[in-house]
Amino acid sequence: MENLVEIKDVNFSYDVRPVLKRINMTVPRGKVVCIMGLSGCGKTTLLRLIGGALRPTSGEVRVAGTLMNDLDQDGLYEMRRKMGMLFQFGALFTDLSVFDNVAFQMREHTDLPEDMIHDLVMMKLNAVGLRGAQHMMPAELSGGMARRVALARVLALDPMLIMYDEPFTGLDPISMGVISELIRQLNAALGATSIIVTHDVQETLKIVDYVYFMSDGAVVTAGTPDEIRNSTAPFVHQFVWGEMDGPLPFHYPGSAYAADLGLGDARA
Amino acid sequence: MPERLVSGLRGIGHRVVDGIWRLGYASRFFLLTLLRSTTAFRRFGLTVREIYFTGVLSLIIIIVSGLFVGMVLGLQGYETLQKYGSSEAVGTLVALSLTRELGPVVAALLFASRAGSAMTAEIGLMKATEQISAMEMMAVDPIARVIGPRFWGGVISMPLLAAMFSAVGVFGGYLITVVVIGVDAGAFWSQMQSAVDFRQDIVNGVIKSVVFGIAVTAIALFEGYDAPPTAEGVSGATTRTVVTSSLAILGLDFVLTAFMFTGI
Repeated sequence: MENLVEIKDVNFSYDVRPVLKRINMTVPRGKVVCIMGLSGCGKTTLLRLIGGALRPTSGEVRVAGTLMNDLDQDGLYEMRRKMGMLFQFGALFTDLSVFDNVAFQMREHTDLPEDMIHDLVMMKLNAVGLRGAQHMMPAELSGGMARRVALARVLALDPMLIMYDEPFTGLDPISMGVISELIRQLNAALGATSIIVTHDVQETLKIVDYVYFMSDGAVVTAGTPDEIRNSTAPFVHQFVWGEMDGPLPFHYPGSAYAADLGLGDARA
Repeated sequence: MPERLVSGLRGIGHRVVDGIWRLGYASRFFLLTLLRSTTAFRRFGLTVREIYFTGVLSLIIIIVSGLFVGMVLGLQGYETLQKYGSSEAVGTLVALSLTRELGPVVAALLFASRAGSAMTAEIGLMKATEQISAMEMMAVDPIARVIGPRFWGGVISMPLLAAMFSAVGVFGGYLITVVVIGVDAGAFWSQMQSAVDFRQDIVNGVIKSVVFGIAVTAIALFEGYDAPPTAEGVSGATTRTVVTSSLAILGLDFVLTAFMFTGI
């Protein structure tokens, strides 16, 4: 199957601090792929590299065959018209209504007449079940509704690649289930490809085709959801089943407990 | 001791380098804003919307302040001029003070604290809530779409607000000196008419207010765009906007006055 996203030997550093180390990853066209890992392991940085918001220190990031590293601003914007990104808390424009948020990209990038934009926005809002909220302002929406409006906005120009940055953060179980179902259904309906960055394991494993596990800036394992669930790798097992202790210790490294309690050289 | 000295010198060096770097970054931001201003004019509705937010919504504070400043000028001017038997010249004093100095300067200071701080907070919060990043990911240039219209909205609003301030100030001076104190209305207006020169006083005042508008708006937008995306970051940026803009207005006023009115 043809790969829509190909990441080859990518290293990335902020100043001298390495964030990503020799990342190799492929995302086949039409699939929903998840990148999992602890906070700060480099997941979102990787997403930003795919979207061209950051450039790798070395290596290649290709989307639909185009080398993202080399694009100038015009080229980057041309590629981004074919991509969509759902931000962690939606990032809706707070001065625009739900309708105008969804219509934003259509008005910016097309010359469609306003009545056609109206129909398209209604279709997008209907797809996420929020046609009735078209006149509301972002401040009036719940967290789950805001995420659904943001999803409708992402779909505005029918992107070939949709990126989700922590789409389940802060949602109640019902909203989480709705969003995860929408991600799966809309990916199939649009014939798009999706990349989800998250650490919500159980919800994500229900809807994705493939999972990459990252730790400390590197891919440590990858596989299908079943392979991940049944993995005996200590890190993956601890992460998937939410165990308190394992390769990632409960205690942050520090001085001896007894020393912090002022017990001198007593028991550690 | 030498270690403390070296550490102190290193600290000063860091601050100087940081300051120069930030100045360079701000200059680049300003140039980009100018270069990508076509959207602000091609879709003038966006700029008109910003003129409403920065200009129209500042009208109340400008009008009330202008009225009081004009009335105080009238009172003080009359008090001083009557000692020399030239109380009819109070209209000239009020008009020249307002058109040359107080109109542009006080209106710009009020503009910085009312509209400038609002612009910084808005852009800073847009950044903190990832609205700017979202726009970039939607292939929409935030400098062209968000910064440009706000910049030109501010630059267009500022001279209009300064003119409004001066006009209302003159009316305030008229109210106090002619209506309340009883100075002759004919003398008040005619002396003003003969003393105020259009090119020397009005145009120079307008030039000042345009320069202040550019300075305040550019500072406010840069501070918002450069604000760390946290609550402290946005509040610090808002404070810096008011402080830096106020100092810039007063500094630029001195330079402009030196060139315009003293022939330096």
